[in-house]
Amino acid sequence: MDAFPAGLTEPARLVITGTLLMGASGLPGLFLKKSPTEGQLCAALLVVLGSLMGLFGALATILTEQTATYTLASTLPFGPCAIGIDPLSAFFLIPVCIVAACCAVYGTGYWPAAQHPRTAPRLSFFFGLLAASLALLPLARDGVLFLVFWEVMALAAFFALATEDWNREVRDAAKIYLVVTHIGTLALFATFSLLRTGGDSFAFPGAATLDGTGPLATAIFLTALFGCGMKAGMMPLHIWLPGAHASAPSHVSAIMSGIIIKMGIYGLVRILSFYDTVPAWWGIVLLAAGIVSSILGVAFAVGQHDLKRLLAYHSIENIGIIVMGIGVALIGRAIDMPGLVLLGMAGALLHVLNHALFKSLLFLGAGAVIHDAGTREIDRLGGLGRRMPWTAALFLTGAVAICGLPPLNGFVSEYLIYLGFFSGVVSGKGAAVPLLGLAAPALAMVGGLAVLCFVKVFGTVFLGLPRTTEAAACHEPGWAMRGPMVFLAILCAMIGLAPVALPRFLEPALFTWNPQLAFAGEGLADAAPLGWVTILGALLVLMALGIGIVIRQRLQAAPRGTTGTWDCGFARPTTRMQYTASSFAEMLVKLFAGVLRPKSHQPEVRSLFPVGGTFASHVPEAVLELVITPLLTAADRRLSLARRLQHGQLHLYILYIFVTLAILLAWAY
Amino acid sequence: MNTVADQLIVLVMLINFAALGTGRLAVAIRAVALQGVILGILPVLIHSFSWHLVAITVGLILAKGILIPSLLTGAITKARITREMEPFIGYVPTLLIGAVLTALAFAFAAKLPLAPAHQGLLFVPAAIATLLTGFLLLVTRRKAISQVIGYLVLENGIFLFGLLLTEAMPVMVEAGALLDLIVGIFVMGIIINQISREFSSIDTSRLTALKE
Amino acid sequence: MTDAVIHILLTLLMPPLLLGIIGKTKALFAGRVGAPILQPYYDLAKLLRKGSVFSDTTTWVFQAGPVVTLAATLTASFLIPLGEHRAPLSFSGDMVLFAYLFGLARFCTTAAALDTGSSFEGMGAAREATFACLAEPALFFSLAVLARLSGSLSLTPMLTGTVATSWLNSGASILLLGGSLFIVLLVENCRVPFDDPTTHLELTMIHEVMVLDHSGPLFGVILYGAAVKLFVLGALFTDIALPYATGITLVDWGLFIVAMLMLAIGIGVVESVMARLRIVKVPQMLAAACILAAFSLLLVLR
Repeated sequence: MDAFPAGLTEPARLVITGTLLMGASGLPGLFLKKSPTEGQLCAALLVVLGSLMGLFGALATILTEQTATYTLASTLPFGPCAIGIDPLSAFFLIPVCIVAACCAVYGTGYWPAAQHPRTAPRLSFFFGLLAASLALLPLARDGVLFLVFWEVMALAAFFALATEDWNREVRDAAKIYLVVTHIGTLALFATFSLLRTGGDSFAFPGAATLDGTGPLATAIFLTALFGCGMKAGMMPLHIWLPGAHASAPSHVSAIMSGIIIKMGIYGLVRILSFYDTVPAWWGIVLLAAGIVSSILGVAFAVGQHDLKRLLAYHSIENIGIIVMGIGVALIGRAIDMPGLVLLGMAGALLHVLNHALFKSLLFLGAGAVIHDAGTREIDRLGGLGRRMPWTAALFLTGAVAICGLPPLNGFVSEYLIYLGFFSGVVSGKGAAVPLLGLAAPALAMVGGLAVLCFVKVFGTVFLGLPRTTEAAACHEPGWAMRGPMVFLAILCAMIGLAPVALPRFLEPALFTWNPQLAFAGEGLADAAPLGWVTILGALLVLMALGIGIVIRQRLQAAPRGTTGTWDCGFARPTTRMQYTASSFAEMLVKLFAGVLRPKSHQPEVRSLFPVGGTFASHVPEAVLELVITPLLTAADRRLSLARRLQHGQLHLYILYIFVTLAILLAWAY
Repeated sequence: MNTVADQLIVLVMLINFAALGTGRLAVAIRAVALQGVILGILPVLIHSFSWHLVAITVGLILAKGILIPSLLTGAITKARITREMEPFIGYVPTLLIGAVLTALAFAFAAKLPLAPAHQGLLFVPAAIATLLTGFLLLVTRRKAISQVIGYLVLENGIFLFGLLLTEAMPVMVEAGALLDLIVGIFVMGIIINQISREFSSIDTSRLTALKE
Repeated sequence: MTDAVIHILLTLLMPPLLLGIIGKTKALFAGRVGAPILQPYYDLAKLLRKGSVFSDTTTWVFQAGPVVTLAATLTASFLIPLGEHRAPLSFSGDMVLFAYLFGLARFCTTAAALDTGSSFEGMGAAREATFACLAEPALFFSLAVLARLSGSLSLTPMLTGTVATSWLNSGASILLLGGSLFIVLLVENCRVPFDDPTTHLELTMIHEVMVLDHSGPLFGVILYGAAVKLFVLGALFTDIALPYATGITLVDWGLFIVAMLMLAIGIGVVESVMARLRIVKVPQMLAAACILAAFSLLLVLR
């Protein structure tokens, strides 16, 4: 207890030390200019070490259900800063540590310093900083510190994302990300300033200590929803997300999609925990926003044919599912149904963890493909399953998990959220019930669309025959890249097959979020019979194995031939005639054309003997290209007068500052 | 409330969807005719017997179930149009909007300050839903004839609402409203014929050219 | 216990019979004698003994697809009550697992279809996946209605006992629900008017085109799996449409079997008297099914 303040207990010490290790992991690499590979390995090692410490600290915090807060009583201008750990923070630390470690190891194979001597040290440094800020963010116990970590996270992510800064597409995506993330931060400034009114410090209030009624609470809720929703990528606020996730190096995409957007969720969950009573409309707003976000997110994903953009849109979908869970929990609090709170929030928190696992698995798998094939275009790949059997099987695991299908982890969290919907429909009352009734079919539709989308991706990329020579030349990545994926896939299967252990980890976090739940007497195991999920999952696996063995015997007993695929009598099919991802999705994209606004460029047939032509179709980022950009362009035209204020004359700028100061002084007076 | 009437009202609301979802004008006309007949039967089911009621029922069935539909069918045969070609909003989206409007109708009905006897009845939401469906048809369809259908659905909605008050409604008022409607349809039918003869199209969106 | 054994035996043995009856009904409508009612059993036995031919494009996914599909369908069959008898396994929220197991089955079937690299199979897979996106909400609307009416979160209490009283109390919503579920049943099992299991034109098929390249025992597994799926979803429908029970176990099992046979005849009649819808019309029908079920939910929530 000497090096650390006595207020911090053992698990907290582990977490803080781990975080420092992660934050410092890139430093040696910056000085080891001569041997970048050693620097990178050292960075990866430090991140893994830090993550392990953080993970153990987090697990210990949850299992012992302890809460520790420490106040740095320094004379900062904003007052004392508080740092602390409780089961809710610790629950968010679990995915942070797992994904950070996996991505760090993966990075050594994906972006080897030997091939990228200039960018690799920089990437390692910012990656470590990013991981550290992500681990520290849930520990912040006051608004100022929260915003500091939030900003470090945003900037570190920006630099990690802009690694390939010679590429125009990457620069554009990074710029949009930077602007949007700061707009979100601005909203959070407002949130924390509003939270301070009434109190005299920025320190977070305790759980369930504020009153949720009244205009102040409404303002705090709305600004927090905007700020956190922007970070989380909820539907109309998601404009930065697809570009940023697609342009970053794959392991950075994995951590962005797996963790960074979850910090938006963390912020929202933490702020909501301050409130004792919440009005029902908060829950209704969140539930509706979740429905919109998930359906539109997955619909846009179906239209994409850039592998990473597609996965990025699925992040929007999954954030929608998480927000639906939070909405159910808030509705449950408003209409006083603890079961609903338990199911909704448990589903949301578990989905945070699950999505972190399978989405980073998918991004890492996509990275393995892109790394070798050199393209993100799904329609230029194909048949990779033969050349990369490991990657294919692992990607398939992630795909089944993200579709929420049994027996993997995605099902468990969606199951909890569904149970919340149905219990609300059965015994709920008030205006929220019809919306809960609508939410279940909406989530079912999301599930169906996700299946369509991932069958499309998996089928086009890994099955069939290679469509290009690059795709035909792909080979399995090394263990540095494969290992993390195997680890993540095992975790997905474990959570999916043995969810009985989950209440032990979820309940402390839930009770921290809303202490009244602990007194309600109902545990998660009573509300959701997770043991049955295990039984049915085992039954499914055993049945598949049994049928598989029988069929295998039958196949071996009888003669077996090989021939070409049935081509309907056409003599010379080529591999490019295979069904592409775009054609697979076409029917659905047409159904959703009103929202997706697909664009296609087709050759015009003018004469009886048409010459060759090209056909291209794509689904643009509708909100950005059809709403935001035209709005900004219009604003740009209208506000050209105001631009005269920006003329480069230094003394006039100083005058502005002076005038502002004078006005503020006058106002204060 | 007696269940047969409830089932019939549900049927009325389903017919709204049929009218929204079909592109064939003949089907839409028949659907609205059926709706009219059901509305004609309803008063007998919910109020006690009186000659006044019988008169209204017979009048309604004749007017809404036979007279108006035959007029409309005549109009579409003369104008040689069988289907609404290009609605402003597609059929599936209008169906979905219709579903949302119906849901909203239920929400509104729960909020309306009604007489205690009328609270919780299926009549009120059904009336509002039918009214809104009529509006939706009027807004989204191009052909004048589809707009007449929309107008009919709208009127059915108003009638459904009025059903709650039938006993208080004198025969003359009822007959007057019907007469109004029939005259309106006549005029529309004649206009449609004239327009289609003159312009070889009854697309109302082209009528904007007449504004000068 | 006896009930559970009968449940499992019926689920395993009866499904091909339904196909036989549908075929016979259609033959009678067409004025033919038709294949024997037990023909699907003969087909399965023959396929299991046959050798198989694999496309050289395919990988293990192609072989695993049918196996997992059948396993998922059979697992789902444990959750559905047959007639008035409770399902062998029942717990709160099992309807979600029930629906998602069919999702898993669909994932595997469509992935196996894409493994061949054939455009036809891709087309069928795309249609199957697209239509399912619209059928799923209808199913979940119906489940929400059933949950509300029965006040429970599990298929067994939802479908046994309370349905008959629900018919009396909220007949309109049950009727709408039944209509919606019948459409879902036909779509999910790829029957006319949504898909024609007997057509011979690759371009127009949905389910049959996905399995063009399967042969031998694996094709047998697919046919059997499709039959079980028809049986399980058919049981869901008959539980709602014919909820009458006497209370005597054996008579009730007899009633259930009769109900299923009637359903098979009903499907046969629909297939005989209806033409196939154009593919572009299918989403409209499915949207209609969703609206029916949503409307039904609105009525019970009111």
